[in-house]
Amino acid sequence: MTTRYTKDHEYVRVEGDAGIVGISDYAQSQLGDVVFVELPALGKTLAKGAEAAVVESVKAASEVYAPVSGEVLEVNSLLEDAPGTVNEDPAGRGWFLKLRITNPSELDGLLTEEQYNEFVKSIS
Amino acid sequence: MADHAHSDEPLLVTPLHAEHVALGARMVPFAGYDMPVQYPAGILTEHNWTREHAGLFDVSHMGQALLVGPNHETTAKALEALIPADIVNLKPGQQRYSQLLSDEGGILDDLMVTRPVDPAKDGTLLLVVNASMKEADYAHMQARLPADVKLVRADDRALLAIQGPKAAEIVARLAPDTADMAFMAAKATKLAGLDVHLSRSGYTGEDGYEISVAAKDAVALWKALLADPEVKPIGLGARDSLRLEAGLCLYGHDIDTTTSPIEGGLIWSIQKRRREEGGFPGAARIQSEIKDGARRVRVGLKPEGRAPAREGTIITTPDGREVGIVTSGGFGPTVNGPVAMGYVSKDVSAVGTDLHLVVRGKPIAAKVAAMPFAPHRYKR
Repeated sequence: MTTRYTKDHEYVRVEGDAGIVGISDYAQSQLGDVVFVELPALGKTLAKGAEAAVVESVKAASEVYAPVSGEVLEVNSLLEDAPGTVNEDPAGRGWFLKLRITNPSELDGLLTEEQYNEFVKSIS
Repeated sequence: MADHAHSDEPLLVTPLHAEHVALGARMVPFAGYDMPVQYPAGILTEHNWTREHAGLFDVSHMGQALLVGPNHETTAKALEALIPADIVNLKPGQQRYSQLLSDEGGILDDLMVTRPVDPAKDGTLLLVVNASMKEADYAHMQARLPADVKLVRADDRALLAIQGPKAAEIVARLAPDTADMAFMAAKATKLAGLDVHLSRSGYTGEDGYEISVAAKDAVALWKALLADPEVKPIGLGARDSLRLEAGLCLYGHDIDTTTSPIEGGLIWSIQKRRREEGGFPGAARIQSEIKDGARRVRVGLKPEGRAPAREGTIITTPDGREVGIVTSGGFGPTVNGPVAMGYVSKDVSAVGTDLHLVVRGKPIAAKVAAMPFAPHRYKR
């Protein structure tokens, strides 16, 4: 199982030809308490870098971008009633959406976990 | 994820800056100061703690100043030429909320005005203005005050606020002579052995005090108050959600030079004598709005569902007619849902009116709601 990261703090966990997209632990800690998540419609086609979701903390709204291109297969409906799950378990139960990855080669341009951790260290 | 970068201008600090950093606060630029937006507990926890116990806020970035004249009537009249509140009849030891007005009746800033108890200070008024506006406010006042009334900056003072249902008993343990003070009463006293000037007021809708103290004593006062296990430090993030639920205006957002006190729903802060006599900037417009109503008014808005409607959100009727704009909006932890306030045309301002808020291009149903969203719990 491979997980890749963007410099905008999204992750994509690759499971076969699908990718689970969420935000990193660093991102949730920077946002603070998440109070609302707007998720895309099922079947929507997202280009890499397009707005995939919106995450709202008490303070502000932030966009979540698609780390790779794909079609939305599933969204995490748990976040509708329990948006704080993003803070509690960002890499697990706090995932946002599942994409069918249309161009797997885009994954090569993303950061590995080690590279991402180095990047976070360099900005914090 | 997208974040919004801040400029790298040198920031001012309050006398409590090192305390915030030591407590692990996240510091952000606010009105030119490096201020704590939250501590490690986080905004939701800090908000709820303030509603249930007592929250301690550093608001030393706000502008404190004195107006000093030969006697109360002279100083009060000088200030009344700039604001619509009745200050002449303000009793010693009383505080009042008001607004500095432009000649067009727009709001240049909002402020608190206090008349000291001490007869030896007759002719002095204490002012607290917004951090972001203080330089402009002081210049505005200095240019308009008569020769015998001086504006004296009190930049050597810090300002702390303690707010919440436990605030009064905690302060009373350190200063027993505060217990019987009513909302908007003010006095000088000693708190934990330090000279302070405090008023029973605040910006959260809760009972509590704002406490002015010499900058050199600020850390000692902060530590004395935080020593009580019922008291936790609260950042600007929760300060904003608390005041929004309390229906209180944030200058530069809910009121500004384009809004009059009547449009802003602040008629309660203009006492009867001033409504009738006028004699403040923009009086003609404001008196006409008192008589005939303003064309638009500030209202509370309760969106359906969970999505917050932020500042700048367009307000429409259910059939799509644009009728206003949101000026403050977000998530209300005590309400446990989104809350907002904004300006709408008079004809759609009645409580219960169905409106739409256009969030990210999509209309969200909302109703005009009575404010405050969380009941005020002032000591009357």
